[in-house]
Amino acid sequence: MKVLGIETSCDECAVAVVEDGTHILSNIIATQIALHKPYQGVVPEIASRLHTEWITQVVQTALDKANLTVNDIDAVAVTNRPGLLGSLLVGVNFAKAFAATLEIPFIGIDHIRAHLYASQIEHPLAYPYLGVLVSGGHTVICKVDGYDTIEVLGTTIDDAIGEAFDKVAKHYNFGYPGGVAIDRLAQKGDPLAFLFPGPSLQKGNHPYDVSYSGLKTAVINQLDKFWNGTAPKSAENIAASFQRTAVGLLMKRVQKALEDTGLTRLAAGGGVAANSFLRAEMNKLEGIEVAFPSMQLCTDNGAMIAGLAYRYFKDGIQSPLNISASPRVSAFKKSYP
Amino acid sequence: MSSTVKQHHVTCTSEEETKEVGRQLGKIATSGTVVSLRGPLGAGKTIIAKGIAEALGITEAIVSPTFTLVQEYEGRLPMHHLDLYRIDGIEDFEGIGGEELLYSAGITVIEWSEKIEELLPSETIRVTLQIQKDGSREIAIEGAVL
Repeated sequence: MKVLGIETSCDECAVAVVEDGTHILSNIIATQIALHKPYQGVVPEIASRLHTEWITQVVQTALDKANLTVNDIDAVAVTNRPGLLGSLLVGVNFAKAFAATLEIPFIGIDHIRAHLYASQIEHPLAYPYLGVLVSGGHTVICKVDGYDTIEVLGTTIDDAIGEAFDKVAKHYNFGYPGGVAIDRLAQKGDPLAFLFPGPSLQKGNHPYDVSYSGLKTAVINQLDKFWNGTAPKSAENIAASFQRTAVGLLMKRVQKALEDTGLTRLAAGGGVAANSFLRAEMNKLEGIEVAFPSMQLCTDNGAMIAGLAYRYFKDGIQSPLNISASPRVSAFKKSYP
Repeated sequence: MSSTVKQHHVTCTSEEETKEVGRQLGKIATSGTVVSLRGPLGAGKTIIAKGIAEALGITEAIVSPTFTLVQEYEGRLPMHHLDLYRIDGIEDFEGIGGEELLYSAGITVIEWSEKIEELLPSETIRVTLQIQKDGSREIAIEGAVL
């Protein structure tokens, strides 16, 4: 079964064709195409307004790369939640029209579940596993009991981990994308040059929650306060110290979640899952089988949408053509007293 | 035409005090209220948003909308929390359907709204946070009496 997967929930206009849930025939992201076009000025960070302009071309490129025509596609999947409503609708409406015209099955997919599933395309783990989604927009630790059954254990209570990486990188002009720049700089830095504080989450019941707002403020506004007094205040040292703290506070919750649940498998997903220090720390977990998505499946992509969709289709689950897009998914929000 | 713009200044020495300013804003908010939050990274804009949410009876964690651009919450009034940090200007904002968000029912809290200054409704409450040398926050409130 060849599934066309479309993802337009945020910045990326991404389309992929995946056969039988595991064989990626093509995986195209619009910004990759844009790089080959003559472009005035910089590539915009916000690509969402370009979804409408790009989607047809990106779908065509995905079909071309897979050596297929529209008639070879057996089913269509699209991210319909959560995300920016205007952006989601571009993908959802395109996918509906595509499915209706070809009279093939259609399904709306949850972006967060797809990220938690991404590693399974290339490195399947048995259920249940601990899912850790770490990206610019999300930081979620959850128990994944099945491709559709997820129990959220912890989330960020303020900023997402990827956002902290990006804001620190932007403030210190480390380069773009911020996560990649920090990863590279940190490899030559002293992670103990600055001893940044972890979050204080004493109030309420937050055993698996993380917070990055305080760390971001400390790194940006209070560098001197946390300096160890001897190491140079270099970009490399700031990056390494920040990265150690950011990943460290996540790993503390991940370890606690693994211990408390007794889970022995872990799957990471999202853009920050590409971070080499995070990967090294997760690989150090004793007795835990760890699965990471390949680099191209960490950031937003259509392959994870098509891959997860295949599981639903195989179980006979589809969406009616009148489903809408939703900017939020309440299952991934937590309430606090 | 001239009008006198009243500005209040509050000095906050803790996160809790900053949050209290947010609670006060949340208490006086009515449907259609737009609150613009200004100040550098780490000044406490999100803390103000958390205070507003608390006063609206929202129990969900208020998470940063930097990447998602908007986060929506249900409370006494719906709260739309926008962050235009990644937006380049008015064209970008219109490209994401921003104007609709600006005039939707409920209270709209916007961070980095300087980028779309011309689009802000005239009765927008402007809250400007400044980090002082001693670490305290000087908060200027314009367009509302707390």
